[in-house]
Amino acid sequence: MATTAPTAYDVKLAFPLGAFLAVFFLAPLAVLLVLSFQVDPKGTAYGLNQYGQFLGDAFSLGVLGNTLLLGLKVTALCLLMGYPVAYAYTRVGPRLKSLIILIVLMPLLTSVVVRTFAWIVILGRQGIVNSALMSMGIISTPLRLIYTDLGLVVALAQVQMPLMVLPLITAIGRIDPNLTDASLSLGSGAWRTFLRVTLPLSLPGIIAGSMLTYAAAITAFITQSLVGGGQMLFMPMYIYQQASTLQNWPFAAAISIIFLVAVLAVVMVFNLLGRLSRGYAST
Amino acid sequence: MRRDWETFSFHLVIGLIAVLALILLVAPTAIVLIVSFTSGFSLRFPPPGYSLRWYAALWDAWQLQFAAMNSLKVAAWATGLSILFGTAAGLGISRSSRLSAKLMDGLFMSPLILPALAFGLSSLMFFSALGLPVSPFTLIIGHTVVCVPYVVRNTVAALSQLDPTLLECSSSLGAGKVYTFRRITLPLIRPGILAGGFIAFMSSFDNVPVSLFLRDAATDMLPIRMWQDLEGKLDVTIAALSGVLIVFTVALIMVMERFTGLSRRLA
Repeated sequence: MATTAPTAYDVKLAFPLGAFLAVFFLAPLAVLLVLSFQVDPKGTAYGLNQYGQFLGDAFSLGVLGNTLLLGLKVTALCLLMGYPVAYAYTRVGPRLKSLIILIVLMPLLTSVVVRTFAWIVILGRQGIVNSALMSMGIISTPLRLIYTDLGLVVALAQVQMPLMVLPLITAIGRIDPNLTDASLSLGSGAWRTFLRVTLPLSLPGIIAGSMLTYAAAITAFITQSLVGGGQMLFMPMYIYQQASTLQNWPFAAAISIIFLVAVLAVVMVFNLLGRLSRGYAST
Repeated sequence: MRRDWETFSFHLVIGLIAVLALILLVAPTAIVLIVSFTSGFSLRFPPPGYSLRWYAALWDAWQLQFAAMNSLKVAAWATGLSILFGTAAGLGISRSSRLSAKLMDGLFMSPLILPALAFGLSSLMFFSALGLPVSPFTLIIGHTVVCVPYVVRNTVAALSQLDPTLLECSSSLGAGKVYTFRRITLPLIRPGILAGGFIAFMSSFDNVPVSLFLRDAATDMLPIRMWQDLEGKLDVTIAALSGVLIVFTVALIMVMERFTGLSRRLA
């Protein structure tokens, strides 16, 4: 009988949580799946009607498309603004380092309602942006900033940026400084070194951060509803409306399953890219 | 000469964007904090004058206080359960190469990936299929599911940094498994468990998508109360409440940083 190393604990210790999640996480998801096949809320028959209704409806497909597109815009903005923050973090002294990390962590730990509320204060009709522009005489009537696509993307980017910056810091920090030094001393300029050495080698961080930001942006119920307003409908609010306001559980279940599959597909694509990029970055 | 210009322009662009991004990250929080001290009735920036009147108004906002108490209670329970289940599970799966450990690791992390709103809805359907009405109990169960991954992840991370020779020393000197755990392992991984518990607490306190479906009429939760208030009107009392939450959060972060090195664990 092999003796177990003293460093490894018994796998049995994980069983209570495994059982807990099987009952309260997996079983509910199974119920959701079953319910999504009900033809009507009374559950008289089972079929693919709910899925047919979603996939055959231009409005529903539009909501799904807009949600996926929103995630793309937020992720792009987070990457564009987050990368320089992570890059700067790896190049500055310890004092600035702790200041940057504190600033990056703050939004992550502040209540999401508070952060979103702040954006209403900034983007509203009497908000800071509008009153600044008006006092400078650039505009005479308040612009509509809130309840617009641009306002929502910026607000979501602020909320999700830490999820992009933290993996980037790890990835950029792992790059051997000798490589960039070599590139510079061999005559490549700063831009070329960045584009040909640093950026490709940080690909695993870019992919990990993009996955987290994307998933968080498309599921961000509160920010979407408060900054997006009633004009723009995204998948989480669509599910909530169908379930709570209209009490149409089978349809809400089917939308949820479609949304789950969409999120999982995105995660799997990112995972695949991550695996490819790790091979690329280590060669 | 061209080289200098290239280095300069590169640092200028990176630096400018980084500063802009850092301002974008801080500005909303800072602005809410400043506006919450307004003496006026609207959320104008800069405020016409400063006073503590909206903070004083919080004393009478019993609905908000009631919701805050509920949120604190649920978060405390969910965090306790998460630490209990999550630490044991983290110990069980770390350094284990068994297939069951790998599968369970995937299961433990999946609540983080799946949209919480879909999970909230499915829980409601599940409990109603069982004939269980929603209650503080169902709420705590739901919160624990979405919070426990943070404790598992941090426990596993802390264990992976633990030097195995320490444990081997302890056992070769005659200490039993339980004694080694209590005197060596636990003290060394405690900061990791606490950091995970802190994040679990914050995410439970802030949770909307799960609470939305699993709370009953008697359990009003703070983020939901605030969200519903904000949909109707822009209330300066909410700004004051946000101010309290911001100060509370910063204080907690500093305490956790001191005892657990929180920022190193997150980065």
